[in-house]
Amino acid sequence: MTEDLLALLKENVIQGRVTRDDEGIDEGMVGQPGVSEFIEKALAQGISPEDMIKRGLTEGMDIVGQKYEAGEYYIPDMLASAEAVGAAMEILEPHLAKSGIKSKGKIIVATVKGDLHDIGKNIVSILLRGAGYMVKDLGNDIDPQTIVAAVREEKPQFLGLSALLTSTMIHMKDTIQALIESGFRDKVKVIIGGAAVSEEFAQSIGADGYGANGFQAVRLVEALSTDVES
Amino acid sequence: MARQGVLVKPYHRLKLDQVEQLHQASLAILTDPGVLCFNRNAAEIFGDQGAEVLPIHQEGAACWLLKIPEKVITDALQATPKVVKLGARSENNCLILNGCEPRVYFASGSETNNWLDVDVEAFVSKRNPSIEVEFPVFRVEKGNVDRLAKAARLCEHLDSWDSFLRTVNIQDDDITNDNKDVNKFFASLNNTTKHVMSGLTELGQLSNVVRMSQIIAGGEDQLRENPIISFITCMVKSPLQLVNGTTQKAIEIAKTSIPLVISSSPMGGSTAPIREEGMVAQINAEILVGIALTQLVNKGTPVLYGSVPGRAHMVNLYDSYGVPEFNQYNIDCVQMARYYSLPCYSTGGISDVMVPGIQASVERLFSHILVTLAGPQYIHYAFGLLERTNTFCPVQAVLDDAHIGMVKRFVRQPVVTANRISESLEQIRKAMGTSHKLYARFVRSMLRSGEIAPPYPFEGKDMIDETLFRARERMEEILSLPPSYLPRQVVDKVFQEVPGLLTRLRDS
Repeated sequence: MTEDLLALLKENVIQGRVTRDDEGIDEGMVGQPGVSEFIEKALAQGISPEDMIKRGLTEGMDIVGQKYEAGEYYIPDMLASAEAVGAAMEILEPHLAKSGIKSKGKIIVATVKGDLHDIGKNIVSILLRGAGYMVKDLGNDIDPQTIVAAVREEKPQFLGLSALLTSTMIHMKDTIQALIESGFRDKVKVIIGGAAVSEEFAQSIGADGYGANGFQAVRLVEALSTDVES
Repeated sequence: MARQGVLVKPYHRLKLDQVEQLHQASLAILTDPGVLCFNRNAAEIFGDQGAEVLPIHQEGAACWLLKIPEKVITDALQATPKVVKLGARSENNCLILNGCEPRVYFASGSETNNWLDVDVEAFVSKRNPSIEVEFPVFRVEKGNVDRLAKAARLCEHLDSWDSFLRTVNIQDDDITNDNKDVNKFFASLNNTTKHVMSGLTELGQLSNVVRMSQIIAGGEDQLRENPIISFITCMVKSPLQLVNGTTQKAIEIAKTSIPLVISSSPMGGSTAPIREEGMVAQINAEILVGIALTQLVNKGTPVLYGSVPGRAHMVNLYDSYGVPEFNQYNIDCVQMARYYSLPCYSTGGISDVMVPGIQASVERLFSHILVTLAGPQYIHYAFGLLERTNTFCPVQAVLDDAHIGMVKRFVRQPVVTANRISESLEQIRKAMGTSHKLYARFVRSMLRSGEIAPPYPFEGKDMIDETLFRARERMEEILSLPPSYLPRQVVDKVFQEVPGLLTRLRDS
């Protein structure tokens, strides 16, 4: 029974279905339970959150990643699957502490002051949630002081800053400066992304890393996580 | 079931009254100055119908000036079929060309002497010898039977390539004018199940080509029902001259009832007026006289209104296909054909430059889009042509197939229905209910159903244009597929009954 449920959970991650209303990759899935429904059912049956995460969500996402690499899946498929995992993690969050399971890490993301473009930041958020991170999204047009306050409050391991415009990317530097001035710079890894910025820019403003796209952002966080843990 | 082509909502460059004025201008041309005719039979046929036939005394070939009254043309137009079926070895590959329906099909064309291969070579930077980069290099080969067959195999597997119009001139040592026709038709028909169209080199070979086609189609009646081949005739030498040989070919082909393109290809600025109205009035007159002749020979002969208007290049007087006027002329001609409800054989997707690249893409895409928008039934020259009509490049044909696929997607008609609007509203509500407000999830089923365009198939990575490399890989992939040869017993029968075929084509 447990095995069947975990298999269904994994399959629905692969299909990218959050709820029963969603389409999958295969035809005729609308109306059948999705990841959210199966998570609730698994909880009701007493299946451990650890099993759900490892054997349902993570294994499902691994297959999604392989399909993407093989050209079988497109970005919308990856996002749909990551969104399903993110929804599952949200349901599981209160149960993780009880089970003694530690989150992979907390990340605050924001589009910096003066910039309203948030598609990239939203994609990164979905993918990070899909990878098992807790993401706190501050939104867009966020000034440095608000970001510093959130870092003080949430104590994240990572801060992701996004900017599309050449006129707003400078506020990434302002934000890092504000972190230094408030004494939080060494408490959080700062990564940046967005059409206007580059690896060189990241280095020039003292960021810890640059992700050219959502997938690179996840890989960057995974790599920096090792530093955080060590 | 016939191929679907793409149904367009036609772009009208000319207003209806302008079309009518041009029609009247063409009729006026046919009476004054009239048409020079170098074919005695055609002169007599028009004379029997009331045309004024005036012998022209000049050295060399016999010639008559025809002054053709309006009624001859309008009666012939009435008799001309408005729907022409171009059959195919596979029923699914038939084309139905309806002069009243702007459903567009795409075909290759010309009969180039050259075949252009694309190779890849590594080059080392002079400034920094540690940098090695691959670039395409080009190799010109002669057209021959094997390459014609190879082009037909490409056509078979490229989705947008609806009809195989012979691509290269076969110049093998064992090919002569007396065996060229049977071999070019056989090499084509043996490698594609799509419709095959070609010119006729030798009138004496017509019966052999027809017999071959009857055997392949399954018999005389079957060929009539499913004309797997058609002919192109350029009986008019612009301006306004019916040449002897091709006119006779058109007369004889018309008697077979096999579909026939009446093609005229004047050049604005050299063999036709460069101004739009003059060019269109003249080419229309030239095509009308050809169509009229076929109907007078055999009422109901299926013909296509073949408009190939070009503009002269002002540096060398070569034809120039990359200029905007080329598109204007062609769009106007499509409208003229539509005015007569005749299926239009039009022209697009051709460029002046010798190799694939930026100029080639810009020029050919310009006419691929614009001429398609006009809604002709059949666009020839659409695949692989470079250096005007002198070179066929199979890699370019692969690119053209992808680009035409994009054009076809673009010209499809919008589907705005209450049901679809309702579905979209639901999507908007759902997306607005999420934190990320992204619609990516709703794209997935459309991606897989083919409703939305896939990414550009030849996109490269990094700072190198890999388009030609990717297209070349695709070409090689297609050519490694098993060919769609004719059944063995059909090939045997063709070789038993049709003289002149090269034995090596049977062995292949």
